[in-house]
Amino acid sequence: MREKVIIAEKLTKRFGDFTAVDAISFDVNKGEIFGFLGANGAGKTTAMRMLSGLSLPTSGNATVAGFDVYRENEKIKRNIGYMSQKFSLYEDLTVRENIRFYAGIYGKSSSFIRDKTTAVLQRLHLTGEADKLVKSLPLGWKQKLAFSVAIFHEPRLVFLDEPTGGVDPVTRREFWQLIYEAAAEGITVFVTTHYMDEAEYCDRVSIMVDGRIDALDSPSVLKQQFGARSMDDVFLKLARKAQRTAD
Amino acid sequence: MFILLAMPVVQIIIFGFALTNEVKNTAIAVWDQAGDPAAVSLIAEMEASRYFEIDKAVSSREELDKVFRLGKIKMALVLPARFGSDLGHFNKASVQLIADASDPNVANTLTGYAAAVIGDYQVRITQERRQPYTIKPEIKMLYNPELRGAYNFVPGVMAMVLLLVCTMMTAITIVRERETGTMEIMLVSPARPLRIIMAKAVPYFLLSVVNITSILLLSVYVLDVPIKGSLLLLLGESFLFTLVSLSLGLLISTRVASQQTALFISLVGLLLPTVMLSGFMFPIENMPLPLRTVSRVVPARWYYNIVRAVMIKGAGLATVWKETLILTGMLLFFMTVAIRSFKIRLA
Amino acid sequence: MGNGGVKLKRKMYAVSVNNIAKSYGAKKNVTPALHGISFDVKPGELFGLIGPDGAGKTTLFRILTTLLLPDKGTASVDGFDVVNAYKSIRRRVGYMPGRFSLYQDLTVKENLDFFATIFNTSIEKNYDLVKDIYAQIEPFSNRMAGKLSGGMKQKLALSCALIHRPSVLFLDEPTTGVDAVSRKEFWEMLKRLKAEGITILVSTPYMDEAGMCDRVALIQSGRLLEMDTPSAIIRDFSKKLLALKGPDMLTLLQAIRSHKDVADAYPFGEFHHVVLEQDDESGLLGYLQDNGIAFEAKMAVPDIEDCFIQLMKEER
Repeated sequence: MREKVIIAEKLTKRFGDFTAVDAISFDVNKGEIFGFLGANGAGKTTAMRMLSGLSLPTSGNATVAGFDVYRENEKIKRNIGYMSQKFSLYEDLTVRENIRFYAGIYGKSSSFIRDKTTAVLQRLHLTGEADKLVKSLPLGWKQKLAFSVAIFHEPRLVFLDEPTGGVDPVTRREFWQLIYEAAAEGITVFVTTHYMDEAEYCDRVSIMVDGRIDALDSPSVLKQQFGARSMDDVFLKLARKAQRTAD
Repeated sequence: MFILLAMPVVQIIIFGFALTNEVKNTAIAVWDQAGDPAAVSLIAEMEASRYFEIDKAVSSREELDKVFRLGKIKMALVLPARFGSDLGHFNKASVQLIADASDPNVANTLTGYAAAVIGDYQVRITQERRQPYTIKPEIKMLYNPELRGAYNFVPGVMAMVLLLVCTMMTAITIVRERETGTMEIMLVSPARPLRIIMAKAVPYFLLSVVNITSILLLSVYVLDVPIKGSLLLLLGESFLFTLVSLSLGLLISTRVASQQTALFISLVGLLLPTVMLSGFMFPIENMPLPLRTVSRVVPARWYYNIVRAVMIKGAGLATVWKETLILTGMLLFFMTVAIRSFKIRLA
Repeated sequence: MGNGGVKLKRKMYAVSVNNIAKSYGAKKNVTPALHGISFDVKPGELFGLIGPDGAGKTTLFRILTTLLLPDKGTASVDGFDVVNAYKSIRRRVGYMPGRFSLYQDLTVKENLDFFATIFNTSIEKNYDLVKDIYAQIEPFSNRMAGKLSGGMKQKLALSCALIHRPSVLFLDEPTTGVDAVSRKEFWEMLKRLKAEGITILVSTPYMDEAGMCDRVALIQSGRLLEMDTPSAIIRDFSKKLLALKGPDMLTLLQAIRSHKDVADAYPFGEFHHVVLEQDDESGLLGYLQDNGIAFEAKMAVPDIEDCFIQLMKEER
């Protein structure tokens, strides 16, 4: 059996009498690229906050990277990486300073930082730009850099929140190749998005509707199961059933 | 960053050296009814002190009232007709010190210093002539006999409130429209830029009218600060100042990009000078020349003068025409620049 | 083209863009946003401007809605010049900027009323045009606009942009940040508006939305890569396209790229898309088998995204 990086059992979060996340159960394997989909308001963000140790569940259990979400959320934070389209890098710092800053937060030694920075810059073809301000880079490069920074401290799991929105198709391919490489190194990738073509890249996807997981499998199985041509169709069939109005 | 580091330094210098309540070379008037050698020598004594500077010699009650209303002097020394003879015959005389008490603190300080100068003079002639002389200063507090602070702060508060409501809020709301993107839609609509500006300014103007009314009602009925001059004039001048503040707010809004900057400029660039340089907290006469020059471009300084003159001293337009003209000029200037720099496009 | 030609063109097209260029910044720090772009949109057309963030879409829309002045070139909307006749244009276009730009602290109804007033009209007058869209948010008409969900905000913004029955509608990235269900609904609404005879220009970074448009312009770094109907753009994709997948996608991709018959290869959803230099794929497939790499292969039909990638690489 493969090693599990996330195990969630009946994970629930209530705000007053509103159940944002309703007893979801699922596992994510080591090195897997796991897509976490859902319409606005389906409960994706709340679920992800619980898994990343930012918010405590109301009931249910979950372990992330082997740590319990109730008691060991500080350890969880040290073993995960996070990147979103909105927040990623400090625009007024250089590429090198950003890397050093984030690696410093995770308490990496300076020799580790030095060696790995060289490797990362070479991989991204950014060696010549290392001392330029991040804000001077094109959007696509920023996104790739942000991802590399998020996994710089070699976390077991990285959360990506709509990572490639608005990026040109070529850069987007390069970005997904970086994700494949990270997965090959054993880093588990957890992607939330509401763009379905992003879902097609994942090993498995789950689709949340009204706080519950209504479907979970590989894209090809889901397409077969729902008699759909694309993940977009699968999603529309599921999400149209939603009772909750998103707000 | 520079501003954050420089601010405390500037403030310490301003507060420590420039803005003081100490009396120094204050302009006073003298009404010498006696004209005898004793009177002349007492006046010379006053003149010689570093506290006072004799700005005007007056010769009638009316003239005295006029210079007070104009705000040219803060205190007057009145020597009675029999000053010299009283002193010669009875070794005893009295003088009158009249102070403009619309700023009670300053009035108190001035009369105190003046009494001390007179006391020194008395001691000196007593020693010289080896006879006990007594000169008794009678103090009269003009406009505000009970020396109540409200007389001073009501005009100051009016200036501050109007500035805050009009300038800051106008600047911030317009900049916010630009930040949220609604300005983009407004510009693409057939609405004319002037109409957009007016639509933004009118509510704050109305709000200010309410504010002025409530401040005046409160000061008359609760604080017992009477409105000595014409209410109509006072309201008219207040509307003028409101318009100046509004146009200043518009001007700021056309020049800055973010709400934060708008707020910062309104606070540091306007509120601080208004509090410190309008004469409300610190007498302008005591400031060094550079600050006094700066205070001339602070609209609140002129408005504060007007309100004090009209409300407390009962002056008419004839007295405050100069300030009114300055405010009108500022209004025209700010309005023109604001409307000209309001962009019909984004960049 | 002579002056008469320009005038004729203006009359013929709802939007006419001729060699428009625009840069930002001054002196040392000039960032070009548009490098001389030209295209025309016919009346009643649903025209898509498709490209990633930073391609120049918003700049172009702002020039066409008279919010920015072009550095070079001319453009007209509904026959009016965007520089000289900006007042006429402002009366007759509808514009929905990229970010949410309604009054957050006014209710849904108040926002609509407000924009009707600004355009000297009333909700009643053009209600039939916005009815379909507005009916969906009408139950929330007393809610503050700031408290609506993304999809509902977008519907309200569209209603506000339509309330004066514009002849040309500009929608700048209306579907960014909106979930798949709302996106689908949004495109259906646009189809209905098109039936009403309104010319619609819409920009989007999402290639899969190209198929919804009558014609699209693909834009990248301020240059048009291609402009045609979506089907014609796809037809122009001349090379053979394969789709391959396997248990180890990364190794598979690296192996594919090392073969000489491969012009380009990139991840594409579940598969890797492989653009071949020649029509015969047997060389590549044999090579992969010889190297012991497991895979499945099938012929793939290119979509707009494949075309965009090829056009981008040709441009470089």
